[in-house]
Amino acid sequence: MKFKHMILFLFGAAVIFSCTAAPQPLVVMTHDSFAISESVISAFEEEHGVELTFLPSGDAGSTLNRAILSKDAPVADVLYGVDNTFLSRALSEDLFLPYTPDGFENLVADVLNFPGNQLTPIDFGYVCINYDKAYFEEQDLDVPQTFDDLLDPTYSGLLVVQNPATSSPGLAFLLATITEYGPEGYLAFWEGLKENGVVVANDWETAYYTNFSGSAGEGSQPMVVSYGTSPAAEVIFAEAELETSPTASLVGANMCFQQIEYAGILKGAEQEALAKKFMDYMLSEEFQNDIPMNMFVYPVNRLAEIPREFIEFAQVPKKPAILDTDLIAENRETWIASWRELFTN
Amino acid sequence: MARIVHQLMAIRTKDRLNRLVLLIPVLFLLSFYFFPMIKIAYRSLMQTDSLFALKGENMRIAWRSIRFSFLQAFLSTVITACLGVPAAYLFGRFIFPGRKIMRLISTLPFILPTVVVAAAFNALVGKNGWINLFLMRFFDLSQAPIQLFGTLGAILLAHVFYNTSIFIRVVGTAWERLDTNTEDAARVLSASPWQTFKKVTFPLLLPSILSAVLLVFLFDFTSFGVILLMGGAQFATIEVEIYIQTTQFLNLRLAGLLSLIQLFFSIITSLISKRLDNAPFVPIIPASIEKALRKPDTRRKKIFVFFINGILVILIAMPLGALILRSVLTSENIGSYGTLDFSLANYQRIFVNERDALFFVPPFTALRNSILFALAAMAISIIMAICVAVGSSWSSRAGKIMDVFVMLPLGTSAVTLGLGFLLAFSASRAMVAYFPVLIPVAHSLIALPIVVRIIQPALQAIPSNQHDAAITLGVPYARLWWKLDLPMIKKPLITAAIYAFAVSLGEFGATTFLSRPEIPTLPVAIFRYIGLPGQENYGKAMAMAVILLLACTAGFVAIENLQDIPVRE
Repeated sequence: MKFKHMILFLFGAAVIFSCTAAPQPLVVMTHDSFAISESVISAFEEEHGVELTFLPSGDAGSTLNRAILSKDAPVADVLYGVDNTFLSRALSEDLFLPYTPDGFENLVADVLNFPGNQLTPIDFGYVCINYDKAYFEEQDLDVPQTFDDLLDPTYSGLLVVQNPATSSPGLAFLLATITEYGPEGYLAFWEGLKENGVVVANDWETAYYTNFSGSAGEGSQPMVVSYGTSPAAEVIFAEAELETSPTASLVGANMCFQQIEYAGILKGAEQEALAKKFMDYMLSEEFQNDIPMNMFVYPVNRLAEIPREFIEFAQVPKKPAILDTDLIAENRETWIASWRELFTN
Repeated sequence: MARIVHQLMAIRTKDRLNRLVLLIPVLFLLSFYFFPMIKIAYRSLMQTDSLFALKGENMRIAWRSIRFSFLQAFLSTVITACLGVPAAYLFGRFIFPGRKIMRLISTLPFILPTVVVAAAFNALVGKNGWINLFLMRFFDLSQAPIQLFGTLGAILLAHVFYNTSIFIRVVGTAWERLDTNTEDAARVLSASPWQTFKKVTFPLLLPSILSAVLLVFLFDFTSFGVILLMGGAQFATIEVEIYIQTTQFLNLRLAGLLSLIQLFFSIITSLISKRLDNAPFVPIIPASIEKALRKPDTRRKKIFVFFINGILVILIAMPLGALILRSVLTSENIGSYGTLDFSLANYQRIFVNERDALFFVPPFTALRNSILFALAAMAISIIMAICVAVGSSWSSRAGKIMDVFVMLPLGTSAVTLGLGFLLAFSASRAMVAYFPVLIPVAHSLIALPIVVRIIQPALQAIPSNQHDAAITLGVPYARLWWKLDLPMIKKPLITAAIYAFAVSLGEFGATTFLSRPEIPTLPVAIFRYIGLPGQENYGKAMAMAVILLLACTAGFVAIENLQDIPVRE
């Protein structure tokens, strides 16, 4: 008898639960590195009386793939986290509703590099070589100023990079070398790097924490491909308070690749009106101010505040490497394949 | 006459019941393995983009990854077996101080995410690792003598680190259950120790050795994280290639082809191992453990016990120790040789949400989620495995087919299965909300092959005359199972439970792709921290990893202690 009661109870509970279901949440698909403050999100939720649900879906590539594979029945309203290396794939799959959010006029000029309004830039950053300042001081070595300098035997075996086929900073760095040497010349440069003992890790975590000598792992290479803001993060997340960062970036011409991250409203979104509001919100100062310390990238809104640590410890390249997104789309596969060919033999 | 008819009827009822029981795992696999796989296969075939035609260049990539998968899996399995079989003998035959602890430690690597294992090895044998520092100081060297990362050696070492415990648990448990009387009898008949091993012990152990070899080979063959993190860009297994083709190029055709190739070779390997295992089955009543385990009495045995333990300490205990040590030190201490300052700062920091982060993971929440998932995955896989083992006992054909079926998830590309899960079970918003419920299901899918491989041989080893006798006496089947079979397989059942728990808790191998960070677990928390630059983040990741280790240790101890609960005779 008791068992029967239990079944009835569960059944009843299920019915009541499904009838009194809360209003549909606004679903935002993101990559796993998305981070923001709780108060910023709850402010939006309170203002619009909606619940925000985030759907972390792996790295940037996997997230976009998930959106493409679920194109016919989208499981989210907004997608955040397409970067400029994946931009063309996202646009050609026709995933997004055109929309120009409020606040678009406040965007910094150098992130507006493609036509149309299917995607909106939200943040940007630079992929640069970071170096271990202490190592260069102790060895009394000059810091390399250009890509060509890296081919000097003085720096033999001192640089660790990531595999562009498995890592997004790795791909960004490959694209920087293509900006510098052109699609015809970059492989010759990489051959030189290989001869000069460049170390290749598959992911950023290994490169930064196992190979790099300037951070917590105390590895073998004093130069690593990372982000322009990593030196600031080293100060912010230092175990003991630091006056200056243990690392710095090489910001010579074309040495830092500009990575831009975009968001857009998915076609077939159930909450189109709210999705638009959220797009506006992502460009607002409130949201943009919160981006740097959470994701260690720069806000696209020029009215947003840049944290003190960024200004003091993160260098901004005067001439970042920027490649045409269509050119990237057309050649991405070939470039990566040729690179792999060089490094698997 | 009437009595014989009665007997036959009873046995037939048992067979019919068994068939029904078998239906449960069949349905489970159909819905959670075949359905998502068909979904992704269909989607791959639909991709008609000419950009993704199977070009000759792609074929070269495919061929290279197949060759490397075999090479490294073969080498890894051979090396693991060379250590694993003696280690199984050690745990299956000897009593020595610290036996339980060593056995526990050897299973712990199983749950550690590769990124943590890489960190542990770095703390030990990295350029500024303790062993290298020691060697440099001791031999007055200017360069670190051990250069591990980015070599095939690192991949092999990590595979041995991860998989030795499979031999210890699968073969060791079988060894423990072998009746020493048989061996003693052979010795009395003046067989040499080697002859005894070759003619008596080895044939009896063969099924479990083959099981262990097969499992280890498949783990190595489909290896992903170890190859990526320990190897470097020049190495790619089929699974790594599938990952690159899928996430980087969305080339589902090539990825699909590679998945098929990987699955094909996995099935072939399973069939070969089944084929080799064709020795007539000798059911034996398990020996009481007290009888099987002896103190090492001769000098040679003492040296053996010492030697194997030494290797296990160096290979397994030291990296784990390095990880724990690293978590209670600050970065200032690394690379220096002086006095170490211990501090629990890393452990304090993980409890503080300094920046009001939306995705902050409180350690206890992560711990709770991890343990709940692991318990659920354990329950599902044990129930399914028992159904498979009991259900397929009615016909050897059904048994063979089920055996291959159950192994399929292990040989399947994790990336592909993960995508299949997304396509099949997250096709609408309502489904997305319930998707996390599927995480333990996905974990149990990966744990099932191991669990079946441990439970099935034990159940088969129960002499059927005991069953028939009981049935003839009119004992109901279910009761018979409860009273006779269950107590006899208690030990393997516990081993199996430990593995299922570990596979889920550590989100081992393929389960990485099936886990979703919406409900954060301990591995998810580790990845969150280690994905950001800065000493604090690295320290927090190490502290979380140690919590994962402790949770797992506690789980293992709890499960092991279940065997001390007396089963009513």
